[in-house]
Amino acid sequence: MTGATATAVATAPVPGPAIRLDGIDKTYVVRTRAGRLRRHRREVRAVEGVSFVVSPGEMVGYLGPNGAGKSTTIKMITGILTPSAGEIEVLGLQPTGDRRALTRRIGVVFGQRSQLWWDLPLADSFELLHHLYRTDAARHRHNLDAFVDRLDLGQLLPVPVRQLSLGQRMRGELTAALLHDPDLVVLDEPTIGLDVVSKYAVREFLAETNRERGTTVLLTTHDLDDVEQLCRRMLIIDRGRVLLDGSVEGFKEEHGTDRTLVVDLERPAPALDLARGAVVRTDGPRQWVRFDREVSAAEVIAEVTALAPVRDLTIEEPDIEDLIHHVYASLGGEQRRDGRSGDDRRAGPAGEAG
Amino acid sequence: MPRLLWEIARRSFRRASHYRLATAAGVFVNTVFGYLRAAVLVVVAARAGGEVRGLDEVDLATFAFVSQGFIMVVGVFGDRELAQRIRTGDVVIDLYRPADIQLWFLAIWLGRAGYQVLARGVPPVLLGSLAFELRWPDPWWHWGVFVVSTVLASIIGFGIRFCSNLVAFWLLDNRGVEQMVTMAVNFFTGLLLPIDLFPPWLEALTRALPFPSMLQFPVDVFLGRVSGWGLIWLLTQQLAWVVAMLALGRLILAAATRRVVVQGG
Repeated sequence: MTGATATAVATAPVPGPAIRLDGIDKTYVVRTRAGRLRRHRREVRAVEGVSFVVSPGEMVGYLGPNGAGKSTTIKMITGILTPSAGEIEVLGLQPTGDRRALTRRIGVVFGQRSQLWWDLPLADSFELLHHLYRTDAARHRHNLDAFVDRLDLGQLLPVPVRQLSLGQRMRGELTAALLHDPDLVVLDEPTIGLDVVSKYAVREFLAETNRERGTTVLLTTHDLDDVEQLCRRMLIIDRGRVLLDGSVEGFKEEHGTDRTLVVDLERPAPALDLARGAVVRTDGPRQWVRFDREVSAAEVIAEVTALAPVRDLTIEEPDIEDLIHHVYASLGGEQRRDGRSGDDRRAGPAGEAG
Repeated sequence: MPRLLWEIARRSFRRASHYRLATAAGVFVNTVFGYLRAAVLVVVAARAGGEVRGLDEVDLATFAFVSQGFIMVVGVFGDRELAQRIRTGDVVIDLYRPADIQLWFLAIWLGRAGYQVLARGVPPVLLGSLAFELRWPDPWWHWGVFVVSTVLASIIGFGIRFCSNLVAFWLLDNRGVEQMVTMAVNFFTGLLLPIDLFPPWLEALTRALPFPSMLQFPVDVFLGRVSGWGLIWLLTQQLAWVVAMLALGRLILAAATRRVVVQGG
């Protein structure tokens, strides 16, 4: 296919980093009412001294709880927000100054927003993107065929977007963001609200695109699973600061991603003595047993039921909040999250999804 | 760019055509109001001895129906799509496109207006002609001038609404502004009453505003009330308002973008 060579040329690695952030701050001014006429002016730092570099072809997970500064960072990287301080370079461009030039070379997906035309068939949105990015007709055809095939969109092309399910729409959004062969694709919570099957489809597609086209991928999420499945590298951001930047493997080794078995016993009992896990908390008849991800839950349950009569059981997967607590704990007491001042940082990117 | 705008307009035309029932209901309402207004204006003319300020009964009836046909084409009641996108934050998607936002929305507007000409513009006039004697453009090439004038009128309508929609960047709920604009448009375009029937001082004031260019001017062309150099002058005024409103929209858009990008609105 002739299109294949064109693709190879288009995705040749750009010299220098794909993304470089150096000491980025973003401060919002928030005005709140204080009395009838007076207004209280307050500065809120949404992002504080964020620095990192992403190389071309990397796939990086950007994790943090709601309101941590994820979306704010992404908006600065894509030129929608100007940082209050610091330097940003994306694909060799200054995002805010060269926003229009940058938009041609990046693809953006928001889990909560759509760039598809609501009332028109999916195919129309793709056709319009062809004219918007002025992509070569043969390349457009080639990419569209490849994506439609891979994401199984064939039957959906004539369907108006408003009739698509969330999972179907998200597959359409991914295609829309990647049709013009962007060097960098930024995804803001692309799996939010999706069922397991759709999440799987989205992840598979991103992994393949990254592998085959060398597209740099920056993915924000608060779903730890996304990152575990997709990325080799992860950044954790909390309250506007980068808390951790490293490999996903290394993170799992150091902080573990232990699961917790919540056991309701028939009657209150002292903490159970277990070989495969440890009771980390008790509350009346309820006990929390933490165990390693590698250990089968069935084994732990067998051990528990052998020791005491059990009324009910649930297994909790670790969430991002737990991990952040864990990271703070490992950093040492004086840096603990709870001990830090600046509790208004949360209010930062208010109204936006994190 | 022209190709992109054509593709957008084409799809906007198609999108507008999806709402058949709404169109049918709209035609019905426009026609009923056309009949009401025509009947009132004809009575007014009869009372005044068959003619008011140079407009006879046929002129006034034609005015009533043609101006009803203009309502959707020039967006008398506005369009809140952009304001909604600003309010929900979806406007971020528009900022990510390597295309001019104003031209993007203009293409959407004109595509829809094209559909509205056929679906909401023509039927009230035809239905009106069943009961009233109407006047048609004459000579034939006045049809051409009328079409050009109508396109300019629609762009002015867009220009005004683009500005009022952008206000949503500052006031998240801009409905109040939109309502004021709608009132002004209803009154000053000549939709309510041909501006010739206003008291002279009010008519002079109104003629200095962009609104008559949105409706009364093309209808005047239709009625053949303007000819020769008058037509050139009329089109020049419309063109000037097109340029002025689009330029104002650009200024506001630049300020709004700066506000969002710098302050994080």
